[in-house]
Amino acid sequence: MMSFAETLGRKALGAVNRMGKMTIFLCATAAALLAPPYRVRRIVKQVHFIGGKSLFVIVLTAAFTGMVLGLQGYYTLRKFGSEGLLGSAVALSLIRELGPVLSALMVTGRAGSALTAEIGIMRIGEQIDSLESMGIDPVKFLVAPRLLGAVLSVPLLTAVFDVVGILGGYLVGVKLLGVNSGAFFGQMEASVEWKDVMNGIIKSVAFGLIIAWVCTFQGYYAERGAEGVSQSTTSAVVLSSVLVLIGDYVLTSVLL
Amino acid sequence: MSDESWICEPCGIETLPAPEGEPIIRLAGVETTLDGRKVLDGVHLDIPRQRITAIIGLSGAGKSVMLKHMIGLIRPDRGQVLVDGVDISRLSRPELYKVRRRFGMLFQGGALFDSLTVYENVAFPLRENTGLREEKIRERVLRGLAQVGLEKAEGKYPDELSGGMVRRVAFARAMVTDPEIILCDEPTTGLDPIIRNSILNLICHTYHRHGFTMVMVSHDIPEIFHWSHHVVVVHDGKVVEAAPTAEVTNSIHPFVQQLIRGDISGPVQLM
Repeated sequence: MMSFAETLGRKALGAVNRMGKMTIFLCATAAALLAPPYRVRRIVKQVHFIGGKSLFVIVLTAAFTGMVLGLQGYYTLRKFGSEGLLGSAVALSLIRELGPVLSALMVTGRAGSALTAEIGIMRIGEQIDSLESMGIDPVKFLVAPRLLGAVLSVPLLTAVFDVVGILGGYLVGVKLLGVNSGAFFGQMEASVEWKDVMNGIIKSVAFGLIIAWVCTFQGYYAERGAEGVSQSTTSAVVLSSVLVLIGDYVLTSVLL
Repeated sequence: MSDESWICEPCGIETLPAPEGEPIIRLAGVETTLDGRKVLDGVHLDIPRQRITAIIGLSGAGKSVMLKHMIGLIRPDRGQVLVDGVDISRLSRPELYKVRRRFGMLFQGGALFDSLTVYENVAFPLRENTGLREEKIRERVLRGLAQVGLEKAEGKYPDELSGGMVRRVAFARAMVTDPEIILCDEPTTGLDPIIRNSILNLICHTYHRHGFTMVMVSHDIPEIFHWSHHVVVVHDGKVVEAAPTAEVTNSIHPFVQQLIRGDISGPVQLM
């Protein structure tokens, strides 16, 4: 019983310690972002890596998500004789929920894991120590541009996801199943409010922050060689994905 | 080598005696515990100015940890790490970064940035830490690469280089800012004898040209005695001997003698 309590206590203290470390890491990154010099090229490079290079997978996922929504929505709405509301259903689902969440999960899988692995390899290869030894702050040099890059990229990718998803829904609903095109877009225009779009943007900014924060943290504190980097990468992807989903619930309940 | 005026055997260059005064680096009562293990246990050590000091000892004795303390990569639990009289373990990060710019460091595996070419690696500290124009940077980088005999490798990436080439590029990068102090963590480990001697020779030549202070962790015993003025022997996180090379060579300390001769029997029993 005593050893169980000890183990539980040790794990709880370990978790609190890690959360504290993560918070300090985030604060240090925010401070590094605000402090000059501002290296715009490095941030643009990260936007290209996180955003530009994720574009294909986002378009692909969005197209099929929209098409499935169109298909499912059509057969559900037809039961109530409300096929005309398909555009509204597809757009609201994508803009409010699926766009930000699925974009964030795709970015986690494609770019987040790469961020962890890259920084983790730099850690175990003493490249981060090397930066430190040159008098260069590795948080400012490595972490801050990636964090800002993700915060800028994820909302842009979400916007692309929303548009492509709606087009996918249109393709299935209007072109394949014969829903009236005017009704599809008319209902969409009538039901989607600016507030829905804003909620989507707020969520995607928050998810970008979560992904970059968790993934860079896991890489930055990777240990024990190649195996350690592999464990960190797995942890980064799992933790980011879970936090995105939890964050989605919290933000939805606050923003609704 | 000795601490008097002498003619360097490999280079044939006369070197003047070390300047008088305080040591450039002083570790005073440094104690550090990492992962529950005491790696440095009350270390007192002076690093003389403008001299090559070798730190030797068994694997896991605390040599690299000692080196990382000197540049503030590890902060001690107790004691002081003084660089020119300033305790760097108490400095804020920005202040510490300023002190670190006086150093150049060569890591065990080179620690070159994989995504950058040889040229970009060597240019990196100049681009980040100086306001030099690109033409001036290019001139200094090419000069640095020429000194290590790698001027033709400027466009290559680290994974296209041999182990010896990586160390030479890392040395060029450590030297390119003309630092006052160079720290080398096992610069020749894992290299064949010819490459090893060429790197030690390169270090020696560069030392004569620039007159920096160098601290080098090494396992090349007894070869390292030919290339250093001072030797520090570390065992179980403690300094057991720190003196000019000749004195350490003649030390009667049983561990030092065992280490120099590589005896299986002695105070350290591995089996």
